[in-house]
Amino acid sequence: MTAVSIPNPERKLALTNLGIAYTAFIVGTLCGLLQVFIRNDALQLPAWLDYYQILTAHGVLLALIFTTFFIFGFFQSGMSRTLGAFGPKVVFWNWVGLIITATGTVMATVMIVSGEASVLYTFYAPMMANGFFYVGLALFVVGTWVQSFALAGHYLVWRKENKGEKSPLFAYMTVATIILWIIACLGVVAAVLFQFIPWAFGWKESINVELSRSLFWYFGHPLVYFWLLPAYIGWYVIVPKIIGGKVFSDSLARLSFILFILFSIPVGFHHQLTEPGIASFWKFLQTILTFMVIVPSLMTAFSMFAVFETRGRELGGKGLFGWFRKLPWKDVRFTSIFIAMLFFIPGGAGGIINASFQMNEVIHNTLWVVGHFHITVGTPVAMTFFGITFWLIPFLTKRVFTKALQRLALIQIITWSIGMVLMSTAQHVLGLFGAPRRTAYTGYQHEDALAWFEGIISNHVTMAVGGSILFLSASLLIFIVVQLAWFAPMAESATQETFPIAESDARETPGILENWKVWIGVALVLIAVAYTIPVADMIQHAPPGSGGFRTW
Amino acid sequence: MHLHKYEKIWLTFGFAALIIFLSVVGVSAFHQGHTPAGGLQKVDPDNLESTPPFDNPGVHEKKDGSYEVAVVAEAFGYTPGKIQVPAGEKVTFKVTSKDVTHSFSIVDTNVNMMVVPGQVNEKTHVFRDPGKYLIVCNEYCGSGHHFMSMEIEVVDQ
Ligand code: HEM
Ligand SMILES: [Cu+2]
Ligand SMILES: [Cu+2]
Repeated sequence: MTAVSIPNPERKLALTNLGIAYTAFIVGTLCGLLQVFIRNDALQLPAWLDYYQILTAHGVLLALIFTTFFIFGFFQSGMSRTLGAFGPKVVFWNWVGLIITATGTVMATVMIVSGEASVLYTFYAPMMANGFFYVGLALFVVGTWVQSFALAGHYLVWRKENKGEKSPLFAYMTVATIILWIIACLGVVAAVLFQFIPWAFGWKESINVELSRSLFWYFGHPLVYFWLLPAYIGWYVIVPKIIGGKVFSDSLARLSFILFILFSIPVGFHHQLTEPGIASFWKFLQTILTFMVIVPSLMTAFSMFAVFETRGRELGGKGLFGWFRKLPWKDVRFTSIFIAMLFFIPGGAGGIINASFQMNEVIHNTLWVVGHFHITVGTPVAMTFFGITFWLIPFLTKRVFTKALQRLALIQIITWSIGMVLMSTAQHVLGLFGAPRRTAYTGYQHEDALAWFEGIISNHVTMAVGGSILFLSASLLIFIVVQLAWFAPMAESATQETFPIAESDARETPGILENWKVWIGVALVLIAVAYTIPVADMIQHAPPGSGGFRTW
Repeated sequence: MHLHKYEKIWLTFGFAALIIFLSVVGVSAFHQGHTPAGGLQKVDPDNLESTPPFDNPGVHEKKDGSYEVAVVAEAFGYTPGKIQVPAGEKVTFKVTSKDVTHSFSIVDTNVNMMVVPGQVNEKTHVFRDPGKYLIVCNEYCGSGHHFMSMEIEVVDQ
């Protein structure tokens, strides 16, 4: 008997998305490797290449392209797996969206590589990149919207055919993530379409800088939840199945996703705490809203460990911690995600520090922040994606994730963890000393600056060693991905990888949780409360606008 | 919706921590005046030469004995190029930018201000210890971003 998977059209869609994601990943991590060596002056770049060009590529390729393409590949597979085969329209529109997203990606990448857009992935005005960079960004977002609507369409068809039933947890969480993404992107789309593009092509002379920054961060914070929620799907829905357990509580899982939608959008000012143009009151209000995400985060942590403990005890674990040893540590699909979760503990704690209003002044724009997002998106999210990749690609290609590849995968996970601990710890410590981020070189001729690098951890060498181990690990991952895509043996029905979906008892789950109109309404009200007055103020009391500058 | 007993305890603990955190942050901010840098004054970035206080960048002693320091940032430096202020006095920095977004961040202090064109950012600080402090720009501003720095000298009175 041959191995089963989802239907071919969905397989091709998902594999195309994953292929682009991992291409971006290897180029992006190579940029990361170059960065750690350029920063300490161990590497001289040729004249046509610049540090900030590389850093722009690193941020865009990893934070935007790798994550987004991976997420859509994962969603397409999972929606087909849990709701059934896509109709021809759903397939068609997913392809249209994918092609638009890819076109935007190519356009933005060409602009970065040709040195026309060394503005970093945050593209703060009034630095002005080539207009086509912004067009590329706009296409990228619009393409993801088309894919999102296609997936939402598939879900709506299912709802119509299954009146009164609660949707499978995977589909529910996918829809929640898509809603979050669409609302979040409204900010960046507004900025790019109405501010950046007319200005960069010379149709408008000036730009309202503070407004553009605020629109960017209205998008920028929920962006991190757009990365995180798919990882949480892995944690809530997939990991329990891998270890042989069940979802801890269906209703709490759904509730936590709703809370993430509500409290991840009206909070962008926490990235703008040290800047002028926003009254303290509004900064503080958004700080309060930011802190609310602690609630669903704690709920998630509780659910995870409840699942682990329950399963460990079922397997015969005794005493307070005996269950811990019973977990399937040799299964890299589980171990990868478990380590990812561990990284999120200091990552989350660091996030609370960053968001703590006046405390933000201590770390804002220092290397601490770089350390922070490498142990949030760079490991918990990325490593969960690695863990998903190990079974998702062979599931889609109907190949075997062989014992040898599994061993390599364990090494990959462990090296990534070691590299990340070294690099991010060095960055956190240097940041506390005051070392700035986004700097090609750190040789400020001042005794304070020279002392930064004298510590054992904050030494230049630590970061470089960490970065090198990380790149080695990234290369290993690509080797595994290539094997799983093209070279591993074809599976029989007994050896085929499955798409693990844990059982989730939705009988007691309140129907209101799936009444999206209500939650979108509440989200919009919160956004209106947090943003209307300060944004109106930025527009009404705008200073004379800024022309474009090209300072690179 | 059913909540496990331990989950209730866990979430109660979470809520309590949340309220304590926010109260500490709020009291420190609004009662003791530790708000992060900010300000609502606007300027024309193309016309700073005739806009006080940026028409005369530098250190100015005010009537009440405190000091005001007006600083203009531009790629890739600051005007004035050197600052000297007394230790133990209130010093209010007012910064703005002539071109792109920068920062004005004094290492080893809580002065870490974004410098946005069109906006005036403000922060008051008292230097306890005399010495030479490093100021860096920590917001990417172009190819010379990592050279953008200067010194501030804090002297005993
Ligand atoms: C081989 C692995 C990696 C290495 C060696 C590495 C290294 C670095 C370094 C040294 C910086 C700071 C540069 C500076 O501020 O001057 C940086 C920035 C950054 N990294 Fe990584 N990184 C790696 C993987 C990742 C991953 C997997 C992600 C996300 C999925 C990521 C996301 C980012 C982002 C968003 C920035 C900020 C870019 C900016 O400031 O505009 N990195 N990385
Ligand atoms: Cu944020
Ligand atoms: Cu700068």
